[in-house]
Amino acid sequence: MGIISSKLGNLGVVTTTLDQAINWGRTGAMWPLLFGLACCAIEYMSTQASNYDLSRFGMELNRASPRQADLLIVSGRLTRKMAPVVRQLYDQMAAPKWVIAMGDCASCGGVYNNYAIVQGADEIIPVDVYVAGCPPRPEQLLHGILTLHEKIKGESIRDWAAPVETIRV
Amino acid sequence: MALQTAANTNDPMAEWAGSLEQLKGLVTERALTGETMLLNMGPHHPSTHGVLRLLLELDGEEVITCLPDIGFLHTGIEKNIESKSYEKAVPLTDRMDYLAPMSNNTAYCLAVEKLVGLQVPERAQIMRVICLEMTRLNSHLVWLGTHAIDLGAMSVFLYCFREREELLKMFEMLSGQRMMGSYMRPGGVWRDFPPEFLPMLENFLGYFPSRVDDYEALLTKNPIWMDRTQGVGVIEPEKAMAWGVSGPSLRGSGVAWDLRKSMPYSGYDMFDFNVPVGEHGDVYDRFMVRIREMRESVKIMQQAIKRLPAKGPFRSDNRKFVPPPRAELGQSMEAVIHHFKLWTEGFAAPDEEVFVAIESPRGELGCYLHGTGGNKPRRVHFKTPSFMHISSLPVMTHGHLIADLVAIVGSVDVVLGDCDR
Ligand code: SF4
Repeated sequence: MGIISSKLGNLGVVTTTLDQAINWGRTGAMWPLLFGLACCAIEYMSTQASNYDLSRFGMELNRASPRQADLLIVSGRLTRKMAPVVRQLYDQMAAPKWVIAMGDCASCGGVYNNYAIVQGADEIIPVDVYVAGCPPRPEQLLHGILTLHEKIKGESIRDWAAPVETIRV
Repeated sequence: MALQTAANTNDPMAEWAGSLEQLKGLVTERALTGETMLLNMGPHHPSTHGVLRLLLELDGEEVITCLPDIGFLHTGIEKNIESKSYEKAVPLTDRMDYLAPMSNNTAYCLAVEKLVGLQVPERAQIMRVICLEMTRLNSHLVWLGTHAIDLGAMSVFLYCFREREELLKMFEMLSGQRMMGSYMRPGGVWRDFPPEFLPMLENFLGYFPSRVDDYEALLTKNPIWMDRTQGVGVIEPEKAMAWGVSGPSLRGSGVAWDLRKSMPYSGYDMFDFNVPVGEHGDVYDRFMVRIREMRESVKIMQQAIKRLPAKGPFRSDNRKFVPPPRAELGQSMEAVIHHFKLWTEGFAAPDEEVFVAIESPRGELGCYLHGTGGNKPRRVHFKTPSFMHISSLPVMTHGHLIADLVAIVGSVDVVLGDCDR
Protein backbone atom coordinates (compact mmCIF):
# COMPACT_ATOMS: atom_id res chain seq x y z
CA MET A 1 0.00 0.00 0.00
CA GLY A 2 2.66 2.37 1.07
CA ILE A 3 4.79 1.72 -1.99
CA ILE A 4 1.94 2.13 -4.45
CA SER A 5 0.63 5.33 -2.98
CA SER A 6 4.09 6.82 -2.77
CA LYS A 7 4.69 5.99 -6.42
CA LEU A 8 1.39 7.25 -7.68
CA GLY A 9 1.13 10.32 -5.51
CA ASN A 10 -2.18 11.70 -4.55
CA LEU A 11 -4.57 10.55 -7.27
CA GLY A 12 -7.67 12.00 -5.79
CA VAL A 13 -11.13 10.66 -6.51
CA VAL A 14 -13.13 10.63 -9.71
CA THR A 15 -16.85 10.53 -9.38
CA THR A 16 -19.01 9.50 -12.26
CA THR A 17 -22.24 7.72 -12.84
CA LEU A 18 -22.28 4.06 -13.71
CA ASP A 19 -24.02 4.93 -16.97
CA GLN A 20 -21.27 7.26 -17.99
CA ALA A 21 -18.54 4.81 -17.12
CA ILE A 22 -20.19 1.98 -19.01
CA ASN A 23 -20.99 4.08 -22.04
CA TRP A 24 -17.42 5.28 -22.11
CA GLY A 25 -16.36 1.67 -22.27
CA ARG A 26 -18.93 0.79 -24.91
CA THR A 27 -18.00 3.60 -27.24
CA GLY A 28 -14.29 3.18 -26.77
CA ALA A 29 -14.12 -0.39 -28.00
CA MET A 30 -16.91 -1.40 -30.31
CA TRP A 31 -16.56 -4.63 -32.14
CA PRO A 32 -18.17 -4.48 -35.55
CA LEU A 33 -19.28 -7.61 -37.30
CA LEU A 34 -17.02 -8.55 -40.20
CA PHE A 35 -19.74 -8.32 -42.75
CA GLY A 36 -20.03 -6.78 -46.18
CA LEU A 37 -22.76 -6.85 -48.74
CA ALA A 38 -21.79 -4.84 -51.79
CA CYS A 39 -19.91 -1.79 -53.02
CA CYS A 40 -20.21 0.03 -49.72
CA ALA A 41 -18.28 -2.79 -48.06
CA ILE A 42 -15.28 -1.79 -50.13
CA GLU A 43 -15.44 1.73 -48.74
CA TYR A 44 -15.82 0.20 -45.31
CA MET A 45 -12.59 -1.68 -45.99
CA SER A 46 -10.95 1.61 -47.00
CA THR A 47 -12.12 3.11 -43.73
CA GLN A 48 -10.35 0.36 -41.91
CA ALA A 49 -7.22 0.42 -43.98
CA SER A 50 -4.15 2.56 -43.75
CA ASN A 51 -5.42 6.02 -44.64
CA TYR A 52 -8.48 6.33 -42.47
CA ASP A 53 -7.47 3.88 -39.78
CA LEU A 54 -10.61 2.99 -37.91
CA SER A 55 -8.54 1.74 -35.00
CA ARG A 56 -8.25 5.35 -33.87
CA PHE A 57 -11.78 4.82 -32.60
CA GLY A 58 -11.13 1.44 -31.09
CA MET A 59 -12.72 -0.46 -33.94
CA GLU A 60 -9.88 -2.27 -35.67
CA LEU A 61 -11.11 -5.62 -34.46
CA ASN A 62 -13.82 -7.07 -36.66
CA ARG A 63 -15.44 -10.17 -35.36
CA ALA A 64 -16.51 -12.72 -37.91
CA SER A 65 -18.97 -14.24 -35.46
CA PRO A 66 -22.11 -12.29 -34.63
CA ARG A 67 -21.96 -13.65 -31.08
CA GLN A 68 -18.90 -11.52 -30.41
CA ALA A 69 -19.98 -8.38 -32.21
CA ASP A 70 -22.00 -5.44 -30.99
CA LEU A 71 -22.18 -3.30 -34.11
CA LEU A 72 -23.71 -4.38 -37.39
CA ILE A 73 -22.77 -2.18 -40.32
CA VAL A 74 -25.14 -3.02 -43.14
CA SER A 75 -22.79 -2.03 -45.92
CA GLY A 76 -24.53 -2.34 -49.20
CA ARG A 77 -27.69 -3.28 -50.96
CA LEU A 78 -29.86 -5.72 -49.12
CA THR A 79 -31.61 -8.15 -51.40
CA ARG A 80 -34.71 -10.12 -50.65
CA LYS A 81 -32.67 -13.30 -50.71
CA MET A 82 -30.17 -11.91 -48.23
CA ALA A 83 -32.69 -10.31 -45.87
CA PRO A 84 -33.44 -13.40 -43.74
CA VAL A 85 -29.71 -13.97 -43.35
CA VAL A 86 -29.12 -10.43 -42.10
CA ARG A 87 -32.04 -10.67 -39.72
CA GLN A 88 -30.63 -13.90 -38.34
CA LEU A 89 -27.22 -12.34 -37.89
CA TYR A 90 -28.81 -9.48 -36.00
CA ASP A 91 -30.74 -11.86 -33.78
CA GLN A 92 -27.59 -13.78 -33.03
CA MET A 93 -25.77 -10.72 -31.76
CA ALA A 94 -25.84 -10.29 -28.01
CA ALA A 95 -27.40 -7.11 -26.60
CA PRO A 96 -26.41 -4.32 -26.37
CA LYS A 97 -26.12 -4.03 -30.12
CA TRP A 98 -26.37 -1.27 -32.66
CA VAL A 99 -26.89 -1.01 -36.39
CA ILE A 100 -25.53 1.45 -38.91
CA ALA A 101 -27.14 1.50 -42.34
CA MET A 102 -24.25 2.42 -44.60
CA GLY A 103 -25.08 3.87 -47.97
CA ASP A 104 -28.23 4.80 -49.80
CA CYS A 105 -29.18 1.21 -50.54
CA ALA A 106 -29.13 0.13 -46.92
CA SER A 107 -30.89 3.33 -45.88
CA CYS A 108 -33.73 3.44 -48.38
CA GLY A 109 -33.09 1.15 -51.33
CA GLY A 110 -31.06 3.75 -53.17
CA VAL A 111 -31.52 3.81 -56.92
CA TYR A 112 -32.96 0.32 -56.95
CA ASN A 113 -36.66 0.64 -56.52
CA ASN A 114 -37.32 -2.80 -57.92
CA TYR A 115 -38.32 -6.36 -57.21
CA ALA A 116 -34.99 -7.48 -55.83
CA ILE A 117 -33.98 -4.96 -53.21
CA VAL A 118 -35.37 -4.44 -49.73
CA GLN A 119 -36.17 -0.74 -49.54
CA GLY A 120 -33.94 -0.01 -46.59
CA ALA A 121 -32.47 -2.23 -43.90
CA ASP A 122 -34.90 -0.71 -41.41
CA GLU A 123 -37.63 -2.86 -42.93
CA ILE A 124 -36.12 -5.86 -41.20
CA ILE A 125 -33.91 -4.60 -38.37
CA PRO A 126 -33.89 -1.47 -36.19
CA VAL A 127 -31.33 1.01 -37.47
CA ASP A 128 -29.58 3.55 -35.24
CA VAL A 129 -27.66 5.67 -37.72
CA TYR A 130 -28.15 6.18 -41.44
CA VAL A 131 -25.16 7.17 -43.52
CA ALA A 132 -26.01 8.68 -46.88
CA GLY A 133 -23.90 8.36 -49.99
CA CYS A 134 -23.41 5.93 -52.81
CA PRO A 135 -20.96 4.84 -51.52
CA PRO A 136 -20.36 7.11 -48.51
CA ARG A 137 -16.83 8.38 -48.25
CA PRO A 138 -14.82 6.97 -45.38
CA GLU A 139 -15.14 10.33 -43.66
CA GLN A 140 -18.89 10.04 -43.87
CA LEU A 141 -18.83 6.60 -42.34
CA LEU A 142 -16.54 7.86 -39.59
CA HIS A 143 -19.01 10.62 -38.95
CA GLY A 144 -21.78 8.05 -38.75
CA ILE A 145 -19.81 6.03 -36.25
CA LEU A 146 -19.09 9.09 -34.11
CA THR A 147 -22.77 10.01 -34.26
CA LEU A 148 -23.55 6.55 -32.99
CA HIS A 149 -21.08 7.11 -30.15
CA GLU A 150 -22.94 10.28 -29.24
CA LYS A 151 -26.17 8.36 -29.25
CA ILE A 152 -24.75 5.65 -27.04
CA LYS A 153 -23.49 8.21 -24.56
CA GLY A 154 -27.09 9.28 -24.06
CA GLU A 155 -28.26 5.75 -23.33
CA SER A 156 -28.77 4.21 -19.94
CA ILE A 157 -27.93 0.63 -18.99
CA ARG A 158 -31.55 0.27 -18.01
CA ASP A 159 -32.51 0.61 -21.69
CA TRP A 160 -30.83 -2.66 -22.48
CA ALA A 161 -31.96 -4.51 -19.35
CA ALA A 162 -35.24 -5.69 -20.88
CA PRO A 163 -34.83 -8.62 -23.29
CA VAL A 164 -34.87 -7.59 -26.91
CA GLU A 165 -37.77 -9.07 -28.77
CA THR A 166 -36.77 -11.33 -31.63
CA ILE A 167 -38.84 -11.89 -34.70
CA ARG A 168 -38.60 -14.96 -36.88
CA VAL A 169 -38.46 -14.21 -40.56
CA MET B 1 -31.95 -24.89 -54.46
CA ALA B 2 -33.99 -23.71 -51.54
CA LEU B 3 -33.46 -25.47 -48.27
CA GLN B 4 -36.90 -25.46 -46.70
CA THR B 5 -37.31 -25.86 -42.99
CA ALA B 6 -40.24 -27.97 -41.81
CA ALA B 7 -42.68 -26.19 -39.54
CA ASN B 8 -42.96 -26.77 -35.79
CA THR B 9 -41.33 -30.05 -35.10
CA ASN B 10 -39.24 -31.20 -32.20
CA ASP B 11 -37.19 -33.69 -34.11
CA PRO B 12 -34.04 -31.82 -35.18
CA MET B 13 -33.42 -34.12 -38.12
CA ALA B 14 -36.95 -33.72 -39.47
CA GLU B 15 -35.98 -30.23 -40.45
CA TRP B 16 -33.54 -31.59 -42.98
CA ALA B 17 -35.45 -34.63 -44.18
CA GLY B 18 -37.09 -32.88 -47.10
CA SER B 19 -34.08 -30.95 -48.15
CA LEU B 20 -31.81 -33.98 -48.36
CA GLU B 21 -34.10 -35.30 -51.05
CA GLN B 22 -33.53 -32.13 -53.03
CA LEU B 23 -29.81 -32.67 -52.90
CA LYS B 24 -30.01 -36.03 -54.70
CA GLY B 25 -27.78 -36.01 -57.73
CA LEU B 26 -26.00 -32.87 -56.60
CA VAL B 27 -24.00 -34.50 -53.82
CA THR B 28 -22.77 -38.09 -53.69
CA GLU B 29 -24.84 -40.90 -52.24
CA ARG B 30 -22.48 -41.01 -49.26
CA ALA B 31 -23.69 -37.61 -48.14
CA LEU B 32 -27.29 -38.81 -48.05
CA THR B 33 -26.40 -41.69 -45.75
CA GLY B 34 -24.42 -39.40 -43.49
CA GLU B 35 -21.05 -40.90 -44.31
CA THR B 36 -19.68 -37.57 -45.51
CA MET B 37 -20.53 -34.25 -43.98
CA LEU B 38 -22.53 -31.46 -45.53
CA LEU B 39 -21.30 -28.05 -44.46
CA ASN B 40 -22.70 -24.67 -45.26
CA MET B 41 -20.17 -21.90 -45.94
CA GLY B 42 -21.57 -18.43 -46.33
CA PRO B 43 -23.36 -16.27 -47.31
CA HIS B 44 -21.86 -14.52 -44.32
CA HIS B 45 -18.31 -15.73 -44.25
CA PRO B 46 -15.20 -13.57 -44.14
CA SER B 47 -13.46 -15.22 -47.04
CA THR B 48 -16.20 -15.72 -49.58
CA HIS B 49 -15.60 -12.15 -50.80
CA GLY B 50 -19.11 -10.98 -50.35
CA VAL B 51 -22.25 -12.95 -50.17
CA LEU B 52 -21.43 -16.22 -51.85
CA ARG B 53 -22.81 -19.37 -50.32
CA LEU B 54 -21.02 -22.65 -50.85
CA LEU B 55 -22.57 -25.94 -49.86
CA LEU B 56 -19.69 -28.28 -49.22
CA GLU B 57 -19.62 -32.02 -49.00
CA LEU B 58 -16.64 -32.96 -46.90
CA ASP B 59 -14.88 -36.23 -46.32
CA GLY B 60 -12.88 -35.28 -43.28
CA GLU B 61 -11.17 -32.13 -44.44
CA GLU B 62 -11.34 -32.98 -48.10
CA VAL B 63 -13.82 -31.22 -50.34
CA ILE B 64 -15.77 -33.77 -52.36
CA THR B 65 -18.42 -31.49 -53.79
CA CYS B 66 -18.74 -27.74 -53.74
CA LEU B 67 -22.11 -26.34 -54.76
CA PRO B 68 -22.12 -22.57 -55.17
CA ASP B 69 -25.40 -20.83 -54.39
CA ILE B 70 -25.54 -17.37 -55.87
CA GLY B 71 -28.10 -14.61 -56.06
CA PHE B 72 -27.68 -13.09 -52.61
CA LEU B 73 -26.75 -9.84 -54.29
CA HIS B 74 -29.14 -9.96 -57.19
CA THR B 75 -30.03 -6.33 -57.69
CA GLY B 76 -32.08 -6.33 -60.86
CA ILE B 77 -29.72 -3.92 -62.55
CA GLU B 78 -30.41 -5.32 -66.01
CA LYS B 79 -34.13 -4.88 -65.48
CA ASN B 80 -33.67 -1.36 -64.16
CA ILE B 81 -31.68 -0.37 -67.22
CA GLU B 82 -34.66 -1.28 -69.39
CA SER B 83 -36.54 1.64 -67.90
CA LYS B 84 -33.80 4.20 -68.40
CA SER B 85 -32.74 6.08 -71.48
CA TYR B 86 -29.35 5.04 -72.81
CA GLU B 87 -27.18 7.65 -71.17
CA LYS B 88 -28.97 7.59 -67.86
CA ALA B 89 -28.21 3.90 -67.43
CA VAL B 90 -24.46 4.48 -67.15
CA PRO B 91 -24.43 5.03 -63.35
CA LEU B 92 -26.22 1.73 -62.85
CA THR B 93 -23.48 -0.18 -64.63
CA ASP B 94 -20.88 1.16 -62.20
CA ARG B 95 -22.45 -0.74 -59.41
CA MET B 96 -22.26 -4.21 -60.93
CA ASP B 97 -18.61 -5.02 -60.62
CA TYR B 98 -17.88 -2.45 -57.97
CA LEU B 99 -14.15 -3.02 -58.00
CA ALA B 100 -13.94 -2.11 -61.67
CA PRO B 101 -16.66 0.48 -62.31
CA MET B 102 -15.00 2.02 -65.34
CA SER B 103 -14.75 -1.33 -67.10
CA ASN B 104 -18.49 -1.81 -66.77
CA ASN B 105 -19.08 1.72 -68.01
CA THR B 106 -16.90 1.08 -71.00
CA ALA B 107 -18.49 -2.23 -71.94
CA TYR B 108 -21.90 -0.62 -71.82
CA CYS B 109 -20.86 2.54 -73.65
CA LEU B 110 -19.12 0.55 -76.38
CA ALA B 111 -22.32 -1.43 -76.84
CA VAL B 112 -24.42 1.74 -77.11
CA GLU B 113 -21.92 3.24 -79.52
CA LYS B 114 -22.00 0.12 -81.66
CA LEU B 115 -25.78 0.06 -81.63
CA VAL B 116 -26.23 3.63 -82.82
CA GLY B 117 -22.98 3.88 -84.80
CA LEU B 118 -21.38 6.63 -82.76
CA GLN B 119 -17.69 7.41 -83.27
CA VAL B 120 -15.38 8.12 -80.35
CA PRO B 121 -12.60 10.68 -80.95
CA GLU B 122 -9.12 9.29 -80.68
CA ARG B 123 -8.19 11.45 -77.75
CA ALA B 124 -11.18 10.16 -75.81
CA GLN B 125 -10.12 6.60 -76.58
CA ILE B 126 -6.70 7.22 -75.08
CA MET B 127 -8.34 8.80 -72.05
CA ARG B 128 -10.48 5.70 -71.73
CA VAL B 129 -7.43 3.47 -71.88
CA ILE B 130 -5.79 5.44 -69.06
CA CYS B 131 -8.91 5.10 -66.92
CA LEU B 132 -9.32 1.42 -67.72
CA GLU B 133 -5.79 0.65 -66.68
CA MET B 134 -6.18 2.66 -63.49
CA THR B 135 -9.26 0.59 -62.84
CA ARG B 136 -7.27 -2.56 -63.38
CA LEU B 137 -4.72 -1.47 -60.79
CA ASN B 138 -7.51 -0.49 -58.42
CA SER B 139 -9.17 -3.86 -58.75
CA HIS B 140 -5.98 -5.90 -58.53
CA LEU B 141 -4.92 -4.02 -55.41
CA VAL B 142 -8.13 -4.93 -53.62
CA TRP B 143 -7.80 -8.49 -54.84
CA LEU B 144 -4.22 -8.75 -53.61
CA GLY B 145 -5.02 -7.25 -50.24
CA THR B 146 -8.02 -9.44 -49.54
CA HIS B 147 -6.45 -12.57 -50.99
CA ALA B 148 -3.42 -12.11 -48.75
CA ILE B 149 -5.62 -11.52 -45.70
CA ASP B 150 -7.49 -14.73 -46.41
CA LEU B 151 -4.23 -16.61 -46.32
CA GLY B 152 -3.04 -14.87 -43.18
CA ALA B 153 -0.82 -12.05 -44.45
CA MET B 154 -2.39 -8.98 -42.91
CA SER B 155 0.17 -6.31 -43.74
CA VAL B 156 -0.21 -6.66 -47.52
CA PHE B 157 -3.77 -5.41 -47.18
CA LEU B 158 -2.65 -2.21 -45.52
CA TYR B 159 0.02 -1.55 -48.16
CA CYS B 160 -2.36 -2.24 -51.04
CA PHE B 161 -4.98 0.09 -49.69
CA ARG B 162 -2.39 2.81 -49.23
CA GLU B 163 -1.75 2.82 -52.98
CA ARG B 164 -5.38 2.32 -53.83
CA GLU B 165 -6.23 5.46 -51.93
CA GLU B 166 -4.02 7.43 -54.34
CA LEU B 167 -5.91 5.95 -57.26
CA LEU B 168 -9.21 6.84 -55.66
CA LYS B 169 -8.03 10.40 -55.23
CA MET B 170 -7.37 10.54 -58.94
CA PHE B 171 -10.77 9.06 -59.75
CA GLU B 172 -12.32 11.67 -57.56
CA MET B 173 -10.39 14.35 -59.39
CA LEU B 174 -11.78 13.10 -62.69
CA SER B 175 -15.35 12.43 -61.84
CA GLY B 176 -16.12 13.81 -58.41
CA GLN B 177 -16.65 10.37 -56.91
CA ARG B 178 -14.12 8.01 -55.41
CA MET B 179 -15.50 4.75 -56.67
CA MET B 180 -18.60 5.11 -58.83
CA GLY B 181 -17.43 7.74 -61.23
CA SER B 182 -19.69 7.07 -64.23
CA TYR B 183 -16.94 8.83 -66.12
CA MET B 184 -17.44 7.01 -69.41
CA ARG B 185 -20.38 8.18 -71.46
CA PRO B 186 -21.61 7.11 -74.89
CA GLY B 187 -19.37 8.96 -77.32
CA GLY B 188 -16.40 9.54 -75.04
CA VAL B 189 -15.90 10.59 -71.45
CA TRP B 190 -17.78 13.00 -69.23
CA ARG B 191 -15.27 15.84 -69.19
CA ASP B 192 -11.67 16.66 -69.92
CA PHE B 193 -8.86 15.66 -67.59
CA PRO B 194 -8.38 18.45 -65.05
CA PRO B 195 -4.93 20.05 -65.35
CA GLU B 196 -3.63 18.60 -62.10
CA PHE B 197 -4.59 15.04 -63.04
CA LEU B 198 -1.78 14.02 -65.38
CA PRO B 199 1.08 15.26 -63.14
CA MET B 200 -0.42 13.33 -60.26
CA LEU B 201 -0.79 10.20 -62.37
CA GLU B 202 2.78 10.48 -63.65
CA ASN B 203 4.04 10.84 -60.15
CA PHE B 204 2.05 7.79 -59.10
CA LEU B 205 3.35 5.73 -62.01
CA GLY B 206 6.85 6.75 -61.01
CA TYR B 207 6.74 5.12 -57.63
CA PHE B 208 4.11 2.43 -58.12
CA PRO B 209 6.44 -0.25 -59.60
CA SER B 210 8.62 -0.08 -56.52
CA ARG B 211 5.51 -0.60 -54.41
CA VAL B 212 4.74 -3.72 -56.43
CA ASP B 213 8.27 -4.84 -55.59
CA ASP B 214 7.34 -4.40 -51.95
CA TYR B 215 4.32 -6.64 -52.28
CA GLU B 216 6.42 -9.19 -54.07
CA ALA B 217 9.05 -9.04 -51.36
CA LEU B 218 6.35 -9.94 -48.89
CA LEU B 219 4.79 -12.77 -50.85
CA THR B 220 6.47 -14.11 -53.98
CA LYS B 221 9.28 -16.03 -52.31
CA ASN B 222 7.58 -16.36 -48.97
CA PRO B 223 7.68 -20.11 -48.12
CA ILE B 224 4.33 -20.01 -46.32
CA TRP B 225 2.71 -18.29 -49.28
CA MET B 226 4.23 -20.76 -51.72
CA ASP B 227 3.12 -23.72 -49.65
CA ARG B 228 -0.41 -22.45 -49.46
CA THR B 229 -0.70 -21.63 -53.15
CA GLN B 230 1.50 -23.83 -55.31
CA GLY B 231 -0.22 -26.88 -56.74
CA VAL B 232 -3.54 -25.76 -55.27
CA GLY B 233 -6.66 -25.28 -57.34
CA VAL B 234 -5.10 -26.45 -60.58
CA ILE B 235 -7.26 -26.14 -63.66
CA GLU B 236 -5.97 -27.37 -67.02
CA PRO B 237 -6.17 -25.01 -69.99
CA GLU B 238 -8.75 -27.09 -71.89
CA LYS B 239 -10.95 -27.42 -68.86
CA ALA B 240 -10.63 -23.75 -68.04
CA MET B 241 -11.76 -22.79 -71.52
CA ALA B 242 -14.58 -25.32 -71.43
CA TRP B 243 -15.84 -23.78 -68.20
CA GLY B 244 -15.65 -20.27 -69.60
CA VAL B 245 -12.87 -19.11 -67.31
CA SER B 246 -11.28 -15.94 -68.66
CA GLY B 247 -8.96 -13.13 -67.76
CA PRO B 248 -6.02 -13.61 -65.40
CA SER B 249 -7.50 -16.87 -64.15
CA LEU B 250 -7.34 -18.36 -67.64
CA ARG B 251 -3.91 -16.88 -68.32
CA GLY B 252 -2.68 -18.51 -65.12
CA SER B 253 -3.31 -21.82 -66.90
CA GLY B 254 -1.05 -20.75 -69.74
CA VAL B 255 -3.56 -19.57 -72.34
CA ALA B 256 -2.48 -16.21 -73.73
CA TRP B 257 -6.00 -14.95 -74.33
CA ASP B 258 -6.50 -11.30 -73.62
CA LEU B 259 -9.21 -9.34 -75.42
CA ARG B 260 -7.01 -6.26 -75.38
CA LYS B 261 -4.71 -8.16 -77.76
CA SER B 262 -6.99 -10.61 -79.50
CA MET B 263 -10.01 -8.38 -80.15
CA PRO B 264 -8.72 -4.86 -79.48
CA TYR B 265 -11.15 -2.13 -78.56
CA SER B 266 -10.66 1.51 -77.66
CA GLY B 267 -7.36 1.58 -79.53
CA TYR B 268 -5.56 -1.02 -77.42
CA ASP B 269 -3.86 -2.28 -80.57
CA MET B 270 -1.71 0.87 -80.59
CA PHE B 271 -0.07 0.02 -77.30
CA ASP B 272 2.88 -2.16 -76.70
CA PHE B 273 2.46 -4.53 -73.77
CA ASN B 274 2.89 -8.16 -72.87
CA VAL B 275 0.29 -10.64 -71.79
CA PRO B 276 1.72 -12.49 -68.82
CA VAL B 277 0.85 -16.17 -68.63
CA GLY B 278 1.44 -18.85 -66.03
CA GLU B 279 2.12 -22.49 -66.68
CA HIS B 280 0.66 -24.64 -63.91
CA GLY B 281 -2.78 -23.10 -63.59
CA ASP B 282 -2.61 -23.08 -59.81
CA VAL B 283 -3.32 -20.34 -57.29
CA TYR B 284 0.29 -19.20 -57.31
CA ASP B 285 0.35 -18.73 -61.09
CA ARG B 286 -2.83 -16.73 -61.03
CA PHE B 287 -1.24 -14.58 -58.36
CA MET B 288 1.88 -14.07 -60.44
CA VAL B 289 -0.12 -13.23 -63.56
CA ARG B 290 -1.98 -10.47 -61.77
CA ILE B 291 1.16 -9.06 -60.22
CA ARG B 292 2.82 -8.90 -63.64
CA GLU B 293 -0.32 -7.42 -65.12
CA MET B 294 -0.04 -4.51 -62.74
CA ARG B 295 3.40 -3.78 -64.13
CA GLU B 296 2.09 -4.03 -67.68
CA SER B 297 -0.70 -1.60 -66.84
CA VAL B 298 1.87 0.91 -65.70
CA LYS B 299 3.62 0.55 -69.07
CA ILE B 300 0.36 1.05 -70.96
CA MET B 301 -0.48 4.17 -68.99
CA GLN B 302 2.94 5.66 -69.54
CA GLN B 303 2.59 5.14 -73.29
CA ALA B 304 -0.90 6.57 -73.20
CA ILE B 305 0.23 9.70 -71.41
CA LYS B 306 2.86 10.22 -74.11
CA ARG B 307 0.34 9.74 -76.90
CA LEU B 308 -2.37 11.87 -75.38
CA PRO B 309 -2.72 15.11 -77.36
CA ALA B 310 -2.75 18.14 -75.09
CA LYS B 311 -5.87 19.56 -76.69
CA GLY B 312 -8.72 17.99 -78.53
CA PRO B 313 -12.21 16.63 -78.14
CA PHE B 314 -12.91 14.30 -75.22
CA ARG B 315 -16.34 13.42 -76.52
CA SER B 316 -17.98 13.04 -79.86
CA ASP B 317 -19.65 16.19 -81.16
CA ASN B 318 -22.51 14.36 -82.81
CA ARG B 319 -25.32 16.38 -81.28
CA LYS B 320 -27.92 13.72 -82.02
CA PHE B 321 -26.39 11.60 -79.25
CA VAL B 322 -24.13 13.80 -77.18
CA PRO B 323 -25.43 16.83 -75.29
CA PRO B 324 -23.71 20.14 -76.05
CA PRO B 325 -21.30 21.65 -73.52
CA ARG B 326 -22.78 24.03 -71.02
CA ALA B 327 -21.10 27.09 -72.53
CA GLU B 328 -22.91 26.65 -75.86
CA LEU B 329 -26.34 26.84 -74.26
CA GLY B 330 -26.21 30.60 -73.85
CA GLN B 331 -25.30 31.18 -77.48
CA SER B 332 -27.08 28.75 -79.68
CA MET B 333 -30.77 27.95 -79.85
CA GLU B 334 -29.93 24.66 -81.50
CA ALA B 335 -27.79 23.69 -78.55
CA VAL B 336 -30.70 24.37 -76.22
CA ILE B 337 -32.95 22.15 -78.30
CA HIS B 338 -30.42 19.32 -78.36
CA HIS B 339 -29.85 19.66 -74.65
CA PHE B 340 -33.55 19.59 -73.92
CA LYS B 341 -34.21 16.63 -76.21
CA LEU B 342 -31.32 14.57 -74.92
CA TRP B 343 -32.04 15.11 -71.25
CA THR B 344 -35.78 14.68 -71.42
CA GLU B 345 -36.17 11.73 -73.72
CA GLY B 346 -32.71 10.67 -74.76
CA PHE B 347 -31.81 9.35 -78.19
CA ALA B 348 -33.41 6.53 -80.10
CA ALA B 349 -31.55 3.37 -81.05
CA PRO B 350 -32.51 0.90 -83.77
CA ASP B 351 -34.27 -2.37 -83.07
CA GLU B 352 -31.11 -4.43 -83.39
CA GLU B 353 -28.89 -6.48 -81.16
CA VAL B 354 -25.22 -5.93 -80.48
CA PHE B 355 -22.68 -7.68 -78.33
CA VAL B 356 -19.42 -6.15 -77.16
CA ALA B 357 -16.81 -7.73 -74.93
CA ILE B 358 -13.91 -6.11 -73.15
CA GLU B 359 -11.17 -7.34 -70.88
CA SER B 360 -12.15 -6.26 -67.40
CA PRO B 361 -9.69 -6.86 -64.56
CA ARG B 362 -11.54 -10.08 -63.86
CA GLY B 363 -11.87 -11.41 -67.38
CA GLU B 364 -14.19 -11.11 -70.33
CA LEU B 365 -16.99 -8.73 -69.63
CA GLY B 366 -19.60 -8.82 -72.35
CA CYS B 367 -22.54 -6.53 -72.88
CA TYR B 368 -25.51 -7.55 -74.97
CA LEU B 369 -27.84 -4.75 -75.91
CA HIS B 370 -31.08 -4.95 -77.82
CA GLY B 371 -32.70 -1.69 -78.89
CA THR B 372 -36.36 -1.12 -79.58
CA GLY B 373 -36.24 1.75 -82.03
CA GLY B 374 -37.17 3.98 -79.10
CA ASN B 375 -35.16 5.64 -76.38
CA LYS B 376 -34.92 2.65 -74.06
CA PRO B 377 -33.37 -0.76 -74.57
CA ARG B 378 -35.52 -3.87 -74.82
CA ARG B 379 -32.99 -6.04 -73.08
CA VAL B 380 -29.55 -5.57 -71.62
CA HIS B 381 -27.50 -8.49 -70.49
CA PHE B 382 -24.04 -8.61 -69.08
CA LYS B 383 -21.91 -11.69 -69.47
CA THR B 384 -19.75 -11.39 -66.44
CA PRO B 385 -16.51 -13.16 -65.60
CA SER B 386 -17.34 -13.74 -61.93
CA PHE B 387 -20.34 -15.84 -62.86
CA MET B 388 -18.15 -18.11 -64.96
CA HIS B 389 -15.50 -18.30 -62.30
CA ILE B 390 -17.94 -19.25 -59.60
CA SER B 391 -19.38 -21.98 -61.77
CA SER B 392 -15.89 -23.36 -62.26
CA LEU B 393 -15.20 -23.49 -58.51
CA PRO B 394 -16.46 -27.10 -58.18
CA VAL B 395 -13.82 -28.20 -60.71
CA MET B 396 -11.00 -26.30 -59.08
CA THR B 397 -11.80 -27.27 -55.51
CA HIS B 398 -12.46 -30.98 -56.00
CA GLY B 399 -10.23 -33.05 -53.75
CA HIS B 400 -8.61 -30.13 -51.99
CA LEU B 401 -8.57 -29.38 -48.29
CA ILE B 402 -11.10 -26.97 -46.93
CA ALA B 403 -8.34 -24.49 -46.09
CA ASP B 404 -7.32 -24.48 -49.74
CA LEU B 405 -10.84 -23.59 -50.72
CA VAL B 406 -10.29 -20.15 -49.29
CA ALA B 407 -7.16 -19.73 -51.39
CA ILE B 408 -8.96 -20.89 -54.52
CA VAL B 409 -11.98 -18.62 -54.08
CA GLY B 410 -9.60 -15.70 -53.57
CA SER B 411 -7.45 -16.58 -56.54
CA VAL B 412 -10.23 -16.46 -59.14
CA ASP B 413 -11.14 -13.02 -57.82
CA VAL B 414 -14.90 -13.20 -57.71
CA VAL B 415 -17.02 -10.15 -57.07
CA LEU B 416 -20.54 -11.08 -56.19
CA GLY B 417 -21.97 -7.85 -57.52
CA ASP B 418 -20.49 -8.82 -60.84
CA CYS B 419 -21.90 -12.32 -60.65
CA ASP B 420 -25.43 -11.55 -59.46
CA ARG B 421 -25.96 -8.04 -60.84
S1 SF4 C 1 -25.32 2.70 -51.78
FE1 SF4 C 1 -24.31 2.71 -53.78
S2 SF4 C 1 -22.26 2.01 -53.34
FE2 SF4 C 1 -23.52 1.43 -51.60
S3 SF4 C 1 -24.20 -0.64 -52.03
FE3 SF4 C 1 -25.75 0.77 -52.81
S4 SF4 C 1 -25.20 1.01 -54.96
FE4 SF4 C 1 -23.41 0.22 -53.92
